[in-house]
This record gives sequence, C-alpha cells and structure tokens, in this order.
Amino acid sequence: MTGNADKIVLIGGSAGSLLLIAEILEQLPVRLGYALCIIIHRSPTFSSEIEQNLSKKLNRPVVAVLDKMPIENDIIYFAPPGYHLLIEPDKTFALDSSEHVNYSKPSIDVLFETCAQVYQTNCSAFLLSGANTDGAHGLKTVEDFGGKTFIQKPEDALIDTMPLSGIQETHTSTILKNQEIIRYFSYNLRST
Amino acid sequence: MVRVTHNNDFISFTDLDEIVYLLKNISEFDLSGYSKSSLKRRIERFLIVEKMDLVDLKNAILNIDGFENYFVQELVVNVTEMFRDPEFFKQLKAKTFPYLETYPQLRLWSAGCATGEEAYSLAILLKENNLLERSFLYGTDVSLKALDFARKGVYPLTKMKSYTDNFNKSGLTSEFSSHYTAMYDAAIINNEYRNKILFSTHNLVSDNVFNEFQLILCRNVMIYFDKELQERVLNLFYQSLALFGFLCLGTKESLYGHPIKSKFKIVDSTLNIYQKIK
Repeated sequence: MTGNADKIVLIGGSAGSLLLIAEILEQLPVRLGYALCIIIHRSPTFSSEIEQNLSKKLNRPVVAVLDKMPIENDIIYFAPPGYHLLIEPDKTFALDSSEHVNYSKPSIDVLFETCAQVYQTNCSAFLLSGANTDGAHGLKTVEDFGGKTFIQKPEDALIDTMPLSGIQETHTSTILKNQEIIRYFSYNLRST
Repeated sequence: MVRVTHNNDFISFTDLDEIVYLLKNISEFDLSGYSKSSLKRRIERFLIVEKMDLVDLKNAILNIDGFENYFVQELVVNVTEMFRDPEFFKQLKAKTFPYLETYPQLRLWSAGCATGEEAYSLAILLKENNLLERSFLYGTDVSLKALDFARKGVYPLTKMKSYTDNFNKSGLTSEFSSHYTAMYDAAIINNEYRNKILFSTHNLVSDNVFNEFQLILCRNVMIYFDKELQERVLNLFYQSLALFGFLCLGTKESLYGHPIKSKFKIVDSTLNIYQKIK
C-alpha cells in the first residue's frame, strides 16, 4: 500500500517547542488536505504517551509512525523516539536505527532531507525552538528542492539556537511569530 | 517559482537504482529490496567518507576486485545494543520461557545479529533462567566484519555502561558485571556464552532455511527492507520455526498487513512477540 497524501507539512522542534506544537494542533481544521508530520527530540528511555493523549484531546487520529506506514491526508504523525524517520519514494514512512545525526535520533535533518527529495515542491517545513543545530541543513534541502520553509521568530522561541541556525542556512524562509504560526495552521493550507 | 538548484549532497533515486543494478549483476548482493531512502543515505555517506563521486563508485564496483564486499559491509547498519528495549526482555521471559522450558533442547536464532549484542543478551537471559545448558544459539548477518566483531565478544567499556542501564531495567536479578570480564577499556563476554553461540554468515535476501528453531529474534532488521522483501523474510522465518515457536520483531515493526499474520498468534502486541500456531 502506498500513501495518498500529495502534500506534506513537517514541523521540527526540540527543547521548548512542545507547547507551541500543542497550540498549533488545537487550532487545526479537521480536513487538512495534507499530511502533517511532527518530529521532536525525545528520549526513547521514557515511553511517552504524547500521541495517545493528543489523540484523545483532539478527537482525531494522532499516530506514532510504524515502519512502512503509508502517508495519508489529514493525519497527524509523530516520529517515534529512538529511530530516524525517512520518507520513501512511494510515499510511505521508513524507520532506520543507524547512528545518531547531530547527537539526535530521530534527527530532524534526516526527515527533512529525505522528505524534500520525495515531495519536492509539495513539502513545507517549519523549524521551531531548540538547543542544537539539527534541522537547519534539512530546512535548506527543503528550500533547494523547491519547498516552502518557515522558521519560528528567534525572539519568540524559548531556545533560539535552532531557529537562528535555520535562518543562517536558508535564504527564502519566512520568519513567523508564534501567533502567526498558529494562524497559518488554523486555515486550510490548500490555498497556499 | 521553483528555484532550480543542484544540490551536490545527494544522489538521485535513478542513480541509486543504477548502483543497485550494477552490484546485482557483478556480485551476489541484491539490494533491490532495501528501503530506498535509507540505502541512498548510506551511499551518500559512503561517498563523502571515501571522497568518491558516482563515477568513481561505479568504476570501483566494476573494476576493483573485492570492492563490492567492502562497499556492502559499509552500507549495512550495524548499530545495536545489549538489552535494547529492556521491557522486551522482561516480556520475553514472562511470555515465552514457560513454553521454552518444556523442550529438552532449544535452538534459537538471532537473525541480522550485527555485532552480536542481541545474541549475547539472549544467552544471558537463558542462563539466568537455567535454560542455557540445553540451548544453542545462532547469530547470523550479511556483514563478515560485524560477525568477526561478534565472535570476539569484546565491547568498549563506554558502551557497557549504557548496556548496564538497560540490563538493570530488564528485570534480571544477577549483576551485569558477572557476565563479562573488564580489562583496560574493554569488556569480554564470558566464555560460556561465546561457546554457546555460532556466528555465521547468512543473507536474509538470498539464503534459505538452515535449521529449525524454537525462537527467532529479528528486531530492527526488516525496517531496512521494503514490503516485498519483508514478505520473503517472514516466510523464511515461518519455515524456520518449529510449531509453537516464537518470532520477535522490533517495537516499530509488526506483522500487520502481512498475509502470513494468520499463521501466528499475537503474544505481545506492543513488543511484537508472535507464536507460530499453524
């Protein structure tokens, strides 16, 4: 089975990004017209129940990605801790437990880079608060393959290392305040 | 407007297909069933480390004797841990050992064992439950280099530290340090474990059944394969299992969506432990 999502939106964040992500998700319309994939750095040692809690709270599918899962419209996916998450050309997810990248597993770079090459202009990516530079190179790759890139305004980020390195690496990124990011997601993206 | 850029960090999926095709034609290695994005990343990484470009790589595959062995060994992922997912080892003991205890002799297979940590973890768990005497373990992998490492059973102490954390959460009662001898900056796994495991080459893509087992561990190996190849490997495991034998997959893998699922009973749905029932 291959995925049906023609468009994908990625959100990458680390320390200090989870609250904003929760706010974004609460404002999402039911019909998205794209797949939303969220990747945050978290430890595999503590089995976290982010997905189940959010799913219950939002009353919609929030899925921890399993290997070879097809990518489908209107579903919110989370990268599982302890694995890299990659996108296959047939629009399925693939997992990889190879070496850490930027001291991270999952690495935002790995997801952004592989997704950009498959979805190209149909991939948009957001880089949020975080304490290391993971994601910046991935964001540049999304840009290079014709996708739209967005960065949380460093002043609005709890920890600005990640947004700042994103700004440094890319040329065409839109810098957005928290409220602008939330508003962006509250509309149906099909018009953009 | 689409900005057209040439990003030199990446090879294209067409390039990937060409390399896989070349390799398949000149060697026994068929990587066509591997997950594409992951394999492509490994090749890109290989090119950077070896300071090669695509032309160099194709040349080397065609013209350098033995290059394909080296290349494939660098591509396969050998990252593993002892007692990875401690909860798995707890449940493995609780849910499969009562069955395994009823056999006078046990054969167990760690498929895609890489550097051997999983096989040694299993051996230690068996020992603590008085099952090691009657057990024999096979550890197989496609990488000769990884197998050499596994046979030695020597691991850096820095790694043993994090393995100790895993071990302590696995519900075992012994001291982790009683299973190895530390010397300088390395630890060697006790002889009794090394003598119980045969590490040998086996390619899940092309090789067949070689024995009958009561338990097969293959965690985080099939994630590198596409659905069709996963199908083949699952069939191979099915044929290699004794009736009521167990198959254990990684925590993010499952038999879901595979036709062979109907021949297995789910023993643990989160940790993906299955039992062959027909």
